[in-house]
Amino acid sequence: MDNTTMRKEVISILVDNQSNVLTRVSSLFGRRGFNIDSLTVSATNDPNLSRITIVFQGTEQSLHQILTQTAKLEVVKQISPLDKRNSIYRELLLIKLRADKTERSAIHEIVEIFRGKIDDLSRTSMIVELTGTSEKIDGFMDIISCYDILEVCRTGITGISRVDEPLITDTKKE
Amino acid sequence: MRVTGSQLVAEVLLEHGVDTIFGYPGGTILNLYDTLYEYKDRIRHILSAHEQGAAHAADGYYRATGKTGVVFATSGPGATNLVTGIATAFMDSIPMIAITCNVPDPLIGRDAFQEVSITNITLPITKHTYFVNHIENLADAIRNAFRIANSGRKGPVLIDITKDVTADTINYKPGKPLPLDPKPAFSAESIRKVASMINAAEKPVIYCGGGVPSSGAAPELLELMEKADIPATYTLMAAGIIGYDNPRTLGMLGMHGSIAANKAIDRSDLIIAIGARFSDRVALNPNKWGKRAQKVQIDIDTSEINKNVLVDFGVTADAKEFLQALLPHIKEKNHTDWVAQATSWKNTTGDIKEGDAMIHPSEIIGAICDNTDKETIYVTDVGQHQMWTAQYLRHDKTNKFLTSGGLGTMGYGYGAAIGAQIGCPDCRVIHITGDGSFHMNLNEACTAVSQNLPIITVIMNNRVLGMVYQWQTTFYGKRYSATSPERKTDFPKLIEAFGGKGFSADTPQEFEEAFKQALKEDGPVWIDCHISPDERVLPMIPGGGTLEDMIIG
Repeated sequence: MDNTTMRKEVISILVDNQSNVLTRVSSLFGRRGFNIDSLTVSATNDPNLSRITIVFQGTEQSLHQILTQTAKLEVVKQISPLDKRNSIYRELLLIKLRADKTERSAIHEIVEIFRGKIDDLSRTSMIVELTGTSEKIDGFMDIISCYDILEVCRTGITGISRVDEPLITDTKKE
Repeated sequence: MRVTGSQLVAEVLLEHGVDTIFGYPGGTILNLYDTLYEYKDRIRHILSAHEQGAAHAADGYYRATGKTGVVFATSGPGATNLVTGIATAFMDSIPMIAITCNVPDPLIGRDAFQEVSITNITLPITKHTYFVNHIENLADAIRNAFRIANSGRKGPVLIDITKDVTADTINYKPGKPLPLDPKPAFSAESIRKVASMINAAEKPVIYCGGGVPSSGAAPELLELMEKADIPATYTLMAAGIIGYDNPRTLGMLGMHGSIAANKAIDRSDLIIAIGARFSDRVALNPNKWGKRAQKVQIDIDTSEINKNVLVDFGVTADAKEFLQALLPHIKEKNHTDWVAQATSWKNTTGDIKEGDAMIHPSEIIGAICDNTDKETIYVTDVGQHQMWTAQYLRHDKTNKFLTSGGLGTMGYGYGAAIGAQIGCPDCRVIHITGDGSFHMNLNEACTAVSQNLPIITVIMNNRVLGMVYQWQTTFYGKRYSATSPERKTDFPKLIEAFGGKGFSADTPQEFEEAFKQALKEDGPVWIDCHISPDERVLPMIPGGGTLEDMIIG
């Protein structure tokens, strides 16, 4: 088992939709010292289940730890890393920029290139919305950083598997 | 049948064969205690001096009987006093059902009198917690709690019930205990692989832990040792499953393990870890530990595989099921030279006697063993006396050894001894403690007296906090910070005041006489043994160290 090479994984977890579930999962990450880049919780088509998507960085050994420790929680029904080649990841960005009439059109042009949207405009600022992979949002952030950024909100990744049969295996009962 | 929430708790506990509860009453749990009054012919309640003692008793009750211990406590401080007991059970994978009552649901979140969110407090030290504020969820929560506590790697579950639920009513539909979760499946390939590694090894050694007693795999383990002629070492949690007179036992391993055990691990070419987790007290330096050996790990908890030490092959399986499947594939073999070599390291140090006292720990343990039978249950607290007991006790596979391994809870012993004696009234229970540990929870003497429990407490009294004192001697230039408290406690007088019997011993003869006298008493007895503060636990490998760092004398 590789104990040195760092890798990035998106992990999808199906959990019981009940109060305190997020506390149970996030407190486990905290006390086991797992390094999480982002965590999102969302509803699923089953009202009894929620989906937690986390982006995790670590070695193969620590990935095994996070998967198996999380699988032990009673509220966790399924857990597995999402296969990069067979999954779609998206993240939403909301960003507020200082922009007066001299900058507006230049910013608009960048937003167009990234297929973003201008959600709000005032005399001195604008709010831009952008959806995409984290890499696309990182790219946008890189270019837009030469303007005056007032506020940034990124949701973190949510992901879904492309194939009909979910790739998720139930590690719980194996 | 229409019942209250409190009656429902009693009925569902009865479904699970619970006839004994440890606990302490209080405001929010009054309804439940009122129901216990009504059920007293079927459920016995043991009142402790402090909730921590009750939690340790529920733990000791399981370790002695194999029946899941149940503990009751009220909200707020009652619930928080359970925390150390629950954490102790969690670290040692002991099933336990803790039932607490909270303030009525309308008051939740308003900082009501004695309100605390015990489900959140105990989140990291339980397998699961239930907060029940609707009576419809109550029976399921309790039945699931028993299932979770006893499935897979065992552990404690806490159920917090709001007071209004204990008074509310519902139709009770009798049920049965839920089936346990299936044990992990393992492949035929994994059996063949492990068998071929064992069959090919020239210097194999078995390293077994708490998973072996937990799954009842001791007979299979002994068969494997014999069939393939493999020496074995054990962790504190597995002390007692291999008889001390077994020709292939190497004793305990790790920080205070035997020379034989640690040397065998170092020289071995195959380490077979069964139900053990390579803790930092065993694999002190995870990168150098067992460096010449291939490692196989069998554990019921997948997350333990490769957690602390990377292994060459890991199998997620119940120890008993796996060993049963494995044994037919194991070739009968003789490792005569290797076993002879490994066991010869056993006798490189005799009993160590230090300091100028006239009685030494090895003599105390020796005298205890000489005067007790094979069914005896030994319970320890935590510290030097615990290690001496683990080292010198003549462990027999029929007796039991109860100790706080993972959490290392000073003050565990007396509560656990009470739970063991309640669960096994016909067995002799010997509680071996130190003056430091015992001062923490000796208040449970009142419980032992009121229940008339003939527990013999042997206090290895060196008047210092011995284990920390030993570290200060060895690593801190004898700067004895806060370890020599100058206490003047007269233990024999103190137990007399509680209503029990007390003795003191300065020599092995005095101890043996006192111990023989104690065996004749009906109630609790304390024997205060005056040992030297200079007595150390040896051998010792400092934390993070290797075999080369071992301190022998």
